[in-house]
Amino acid sequence: MKTINLTVDAEGIGLAAIDVPGRPMNVLTPEFNEDLAALLQRLADDSGIRGLILTSGKPGAFVAGADIKDMVKRFDAGISAAEGAAMSQALSQLLRRLETCGKPVAVAINGLALGGGLEVSLACHYRVLSNGPKVQVGLPEVKIGLFPGGGGSQRLPRLIGVQAALMAMSEGKSFKPAEALAAGIVDEVVDDDKVVEAAKTWIKTKGDPVARWDKKDYKIPGGGSYHPAGAQIFMMGNALIRKQSYGNYPAVLNLMHSVYEGLQVPFDTAIKIESRFFCKTLATPQAKAMIRTFFMSMQAIGKGSGRPAGVPKTDVTQVAVIGAGMMGAGIAYVSALAGIKTILLDRDQAAADKGKAHCEDLLKKSVSRGKMTQDKAQGILDLITATPDYAAITGSDLVVEAVFENTDLKEQVTKQAEAPLYANGKDAPIFGTNTSTIPISLLAGASSHAENYIGIHFFSPVDKMMLVEIIRGEKTSDATVAKAIDYALKIKKTPVVVNDSRFFFANRCFIPFTAEGMIMWSEGVAPALIDNAGRMTGMPRGPLEMMDDVALDLLTKITSETAKAMGDAYQPIPGEKEVAQMVADGRLGRKNGKGFYDYPEAKGAPKTLWSGTLDMFPVTQAEASPAEVEELKKRLLYVQAVTAARCFEEGVITNPREADVGSILGWGFAPWSGGIISLMDSIGIAKFVEELDRMTKRYGDRFAPPQLLRDMAARGETFYGRFDKKAAKAA
Amino acid sequence: MAEAFIYDHVRTPRGKGRADGALHEITPVQLATQTLGAIRDRSNLDTALLDDVIFGTAMPFGEQGSNLGRTAAVNADYAQEVPGLQLNRFCASGLEAVNLAAAQVAGGFIDAAVAGGVESMSRIPMMIDGPWVADPQVSWKAYYAPQGISADLIATLDGYSRTDVDAFAVQSQVRAAHAWEQGYFNKSVFPVRDVIGEVVLARDEHIRPGTTVEALGTLKASFAQMGEKGGFDTVATQRYPQVERINHVHTGGNSSGIVDGSAAVLVGGAAFGKSAGLKARARVRAYASIGSEPTIMLTGPGACARKALKRAGMTPADIDLWEINEAFASVVLRFQRDLDLSPEVVNVNGGAIAMGHPLSATGAMILGTVLDELERRNLNTALITLCAAIGMATATIIERV
Repeated sequence: MKTINLTVDAEGIGLAAIDVPGRPMNVLTPEFNEDLAALLQRLADDSGIRGLILTSGKPGAFVAGADIKDMVKRFDAGISAAEGAAMSQALSQLLRRLETCGKPVAVAINGLALGGGLEVSLACHYRVLSNGPKVQVGLPEVKIGLFPGGGGSQRLPRLIGVQAALMAMSEGKSFKPAEALAAGIVDEVVDDDKVVEAAKTWIKTKGDPVARWDKKDYKIPGGGSYHPAGAQIFMMGNALIRKQSYGNYPAVLNLMHSVYEGLQVPFDTAIKIESRFFCKTLATPQAKAMIRTFFMSMQAIGKGSGRPAGVPKTDVTQVAVIGAGMMGAGIAYVSALAGIKTILLDRDQAAADKGKAHCEDLLKKSVSRGKMTQDKAQGILDLITATPDYAAITGSDLVVEAVFENTDLKEQVTKQAEAPLYANGKDAPIFGTNTSTIPISLLAGASSHAENYIGIHFFSPVDKMMLVEIIRGEKTSDATVAKAIDYALKIKKTPVVVNDSRFFFANRCFIPFTAEGMIMWSEGVAPALIDNAGRMTGMPRGPLEMMDDVALDLLTKITSETAKAMGDAYQPIPGEKEVAQMVADGRLGRKNGKGFYDYPEAKGAPKTLWSGTLDMFPVTQAEASPAEVEELKKRLLYVQAVTAARCFEEGVITNPREADVGSILGWGFAPWSGGIISLMDSIGIAKFVEELDRMTKRYGDRFAPPQLLRDMAARGETFYGRFDKKAAKAA
Repeated sequence: MAEAFIYDHVRTPRGKGRADGALHEITPVQLATQTLGAIRDRSNLDTALLDDVIFGTAMPFGEQGSNLGRTAAVNADYAQEVPGLQLNRFCASGLEAVNLAAAQVAGGFIDAAVAGGVESMSRIPMMIDGPWVADPQVSWKAYYAPQGISADLIATLDGYSRTDVDAFAVQSQVRAAHAWEQGYFNKSVFPVRDVIGEVVLARDEHIRPGTTVEALGTLKASFAQMGEKGGFDTVATQRYPQVERINHVHTGGNSSGIVDGSAAVLVGGAAFGKSAGLKARARVRAYASIGSEPTIMLTGPGACARKALKRAGMTPADIDLWEINEAFASVVLRFQRDLDLSPEVVNVNGGAIAMGHPLSATGAMILGTVLDELERRNLNTALITLCAAIGMATATIIERV
């Protein structure tokens, strides 16, 4: 056996230590399945073995889950439905054989056990869990578009009841050791170095080789599908899932089917049903895309996979943030949090102090939530120096300019800051701007070192949003890009590299979403319908309520600046005049309690649509058939996606993984799709182009497919197939 | 086609559907048995003339389970050769039973049947039953929401305020109290007795005369929590995305009362009337059942009434009195709006909000109520309709003879 080391002690108790070679943590590979079969055979043949303990041969983690990489490989190779079914059944059948082998099996969980790792544990007759600080157990498969298909969806409800199991699995909840014990998921929690001993004790003193659900008098805790209490849980569960997922996550629904139907039949039939639903889920575009984006791409990009090669790693030890407003203060906060000495500058001491005070507020919140000690918070705050004196910039590895969105001001600040930056400062410091709309190359004109000038675009609120757009100007060097990425990684952000153009990538693709909402409003679609349709697409909010959140005055400002900059080329968006009027009338959005919605002061009172919107554009469509709702949803999603396609055509972004990750982290683009590029690949480019042509005729040129899409359609290409270099390399 | 006549009808009073309700001590089969006995005894009916006993039960479980029609017929000492049937069209079952009997008579397949229903909600409560509610496969696809949410959705879409629905509830109470006071129900309600013959209940006990809009206004909205925390509001707004937020207006005071009760209607052809020596009181002119949108569930009666009217070659103007089951206040308000009806001719003696809705018995009860009122006012035609679960409705048009 390659992945399991079996030793049998003098008392006939076997210890099977799982140790998958070449992997930092154990995952359930095809080799593991083979070895498990061999282990089962050994158990059956060897009468000298009276009981078995499973544990991990790798300290610190038991089993982290199924071999997702292997699954992804098979996807890309194209597995048939039958093959998918066989794959999903394999482990499940082996675990059932383990459970029914007739000898007591205990599991000594000496580290984290997630997904398949917990499923293996659930198939054992007794579970002992280590109380180590990093230990957690859970079934998080829904987070990547799957559900626990290795017996988990059948064993967990039979173990802890339907309600608790459904809640745990539909959220992918993680349990710390004490929580797992309280929930009944494990039988015992002991110190890390005692787990095997405790398992052995159980085998010797109790050693019951029959799972509780295989016993005659077994009853599902709390009742099954048609028990009055059980039925109630499904009734409520169905509604809650619709509330959480809007029907966009087939995995969660298939999980419900699996539990509901599986509970009504004997266990062996139940795991067959589970396998079928698992297979059905594997085949969904959501699963494929979510696995790729959430499991593979997020990790890789979060480690800096977009970093130009050949540039030695840099460590930012001092950063100067110019502009102590919301954004600047947030940037200073995350920098100090990462241990970087931070100079926070503004036009005068008072303004700089205000920014530092904002950092202090954020730290206070963390302390009050028990996330850090007061001492630690003070230490972080002490790293921030608030000053109006630009001389303090000297010695910084990088500057982040975060002043008002005004070209003249930014150019002036750049000149002012570069003097101390480059005067006997560090080796090749870099100058980053947090501009959200002004082309980097334009601003770089004011820089004395254009090759060191780059866009480092944060998203608001900086302390929460993980995405940073790294924007190359025409002259920006690879070294500068690499250093900017190093900084982003140090402050625990996920960097996505983008080439220069107005609005760059994230805002360029996101703004059409709110614009489309305004256009619908101007067409007479009822605002309630617009925002409900928006929520149903899986976007975090509807377009109108999102505009309120971003702030109507900010949006109006961006609109007017863009119009100015683009001159005759600018196309006014229907509704923008009306929004400007709302701003003029003092309706700024959530921040002052009124925008498209009115926000009552009373805590917990829900917001309500302002009736004034109906005066500006009378409603001509108050109702919508399901087909019409689908069309509204399509408009809201496709207008963003076609923009992303144009970004590819223009070379604004070149890596589909970064575009996908960026879309989800940057503006919450329908996570069920795996991202804005995966959405297009899932639809199929030819079908997408066909739809865009139809929508162009009906709604206008903003839907017109770029030539790139037509070429890809003609050649049967996908974005990942054509642009994902990794895939090309691996092939 | 032969004609199907209504010869007689009886009902029990409605007991409160709780352990302290007067009929809680009476088993469902006993309730049904007494009802079958009552309709036989008042006409001295030779039950051998009957071809069937068709009884609805909406919660056919346990002691209300199996086939209560046949069970009660045997228990009531009906002639052995009278079979029995249990049917379930949820809240419309009692009326459906009448329609089924009428259809068979009119088709010339049977001579006569007793049709009605029984529901002991205090003993067998409304419970989650069947895959529509629990099976994710169905409940997901159909955007299932409980009927209270549906009723609040109707109110939201149509713009009925809390005051509107409470005012309607008061009207139901006032009319029901008045009808009882004036004895309008006396000829058709029989007292339910215990085993030693003592009267257990003689009057509907759910009524609350003197109810005011102010008093009703203090009641908590019954479905707010299940809507907001339970996620059902989101289900409803996903199915009806033009709704910004569900306005929860229904309470225990403006929704149908949960009660125990049973009713029966004697349906037969002309020949039966001769054999039994009975005079027909009305004919069944037409009936219809329809399916309607399941999430909003309760909006079927309007279209169903139109379907029945069309089949009868009639228009709404041809109907003298209307009975629509008061499942929830908004159901009636929507119905009145759908058919442009004056409240003066709708539920003139009150309805289920005041007197209670014993699920599968109600259809037979309200048919009887309106027939008595037609006779009292010397009017001719009535349309009876009820909404039912999973988006259905049933309607019947009767005409005095």
